Amino acid sequence: MLAPTPTASARGARTQGAICIKDVVKVYDPDRAAIMAVDHCTLDIAAGEICMIVGPSGCGKTTLLNAIAGFHSITSGEIYLDGELLCGPDKPMANPGPDRIVVFQNGALFPWKTNLENVAFGVVMQGKMRKKEAYEKARAMMADAGLSGTEHNYPGEVSSGLRRRVEIVRALMNDPKVLLFDEPYRALDSLTKSVMHEALLEIYYKNNVTIFFITHDLEEAIFLGHRLVIMTSRPCRPKQILDVDIPHPRDYSVLTTPRFRELMDQTIEAVHEEARKSFEAGEREG
Amino acid sequence: MSSSRRSFFHRSTLRAFVSILVFVALWEVGARSKQWFGIAVPWVGNIPAPTAVLHVWMGLVRDPGYWQSWYLSLLRVLAGFLTAMVIGIPLGLLMAVSRNFNDTFFPTFEMLRPIPPLAWVPASIIFWPTQELSITFVTFLGAFFTVVINVLGGAESIDVRYFQAAQAMGASKWDTFRRIVLPATVPSIVVGSSVGMGITWNVVVAAEMISGGGSQAGGNGGGLGYFIWNSYVGGAYEQIVVGMISIGIAGYICSELLRMLGGYLTPWLRTR
Repeated sequence: MLAPTPTASARGARTQGAICIKDVVKVYDPDRAAIMAVDHCTLDIAAGEICMIVGPSGCGKTTLLNAIAGFHSITSGEIYLDGELLCGPDKPMANPGPDRIVVFQNGALFPWKTNLENVAFGVVMQGKMRKKEAYEKARAMMADAGLSGTEHNYPGEVSSGLRRRVEIVRALMNDPKVLLFDEPYRALDSLTKSVMHEALLEIYYKNNVTIFFITHDLEEAIFLGHRLVIMTSRPCRPKQILDVDIPHPRDYSVLTTPRFRELMDQTIEAVHEEARKSFEAGEREG
Repeated sequence: MSSSRRSFFHRSTLRAFVSILVFVALWEVGARSKQWFGIAVPWVGNIPAPTAVLHVWMGLVRDPGYWQSWYLSLLRVLAGFLTAMVIGIPLGLLMAVSRNFNDTFFPTFEMLRPIPPLAWVPASIIFWPTQELSITFVTFLGAFFTVVINVLGGAESIDVRYFQAAQAMGASKWDTFRRIVLPATVPSIVVGSSVGMGITWNVVVAAEMISGGGSQAGGNGGGLGYFIWNSYVGGAYEQIVVGMISIGIAGYICSELLRMLGGYLTPWLRTR
């Protein structure tokens, strides 16, 4: 079966990492409660695109991310990565793999390994590189991301901002096609956040992977994304797709431009309606 | 080194010394009240005074029988404790990773767990060929259940994100066990073993008292528990206190060694 070609034009130099989500439905507990989390969701993400997924709490965005990552099954529909079927009718759950790596909301660095060991973990385990080689590469990548000097610290010994950065470097070390972010900066204060955003873009400009990024934070969404996909409250489905026509590379000065304010206003309007619906439906925060 | 010297003069060290000194002084005054003031303080007046205990202790230090008691108790504690670790850690891990194994063994385990180790003493004496083995077995039970429950609890509470992250980076089932389950359970193993060690000392002493201490060496040769019991029977009250303090010291040393080993095994928790 051929995957439909992604409609969004490729932004970066990358030709790999196009995600095609086709008519995906996810129903939890189909026999009894039958909670529909994702409702006929169709979305094309181009290779090298930063696609921001925005929507009210508990709307089912994370369910979609878990389906792409291969942590959860889908009820129907198909998801493709570069035209190859990840999951579909005959294979409801994708295999997790190093081509799609998740950066988690609360972080998932292994606390019992040093930052350097964490970064080198994947390639050493897969036997892709010898330990010495892997550590050398890990050290270089950490230096690139401004993490020199924290190699031999444990994750618990560095600030949460640095931890997130280590986690992104760990993901990149596996040479993924897609990075899946699940509100990674939610717990950070706004000053740290702004630093993290610029750092993430810097890393992105160097590596140019496809980024699927879930967030609540509209400023974050517009600042980082090529496109914003605003989701309806549960069940989750794209309600509106917004092109962010601010050229990359970006830095924090774009926050004060009139175009940014305009986009912000548009987004707030679209999201607010869904947030109210979701609030009235009695959805819990989370 | 300089930091340890500084901490020696630290306020908390000072408080510890003051606390122990005041306790011993009150004990001395209470125990000598009849002799000094002509009125015995009730209860405390019947206890041997610390100076008298120290005097007897100084004598015992030269007695090989006393050290034999240390040696025997320590041997039983170590044998029971190590066996509990060797059997308990794999068992706990197996129960955590295998649903089927857990379904099969957990009910039996949970039924045996509430039985106090000391309730096993008579059955153990009947069952095991030598008294030494019976005492060691009871000691083993003391640590075993605690170790298993801690390992099981620790392994079951590992955050699912660690598994997902490892899987995404290409971990096989064995990789996941070796690189995630095992290291993530180490802190629980450390906690379980230090709690288990404490119980082991409680149990060994009582088991030695009940079983008569396997007094093949005769006299004081049956372990610290037997040493205390024997002193009581023989009316050597100072020796009872010496035995009690000896157990306290032995237990403290064992716990401290375990804490050091635990710290060495979990370097990532040191900075918390």
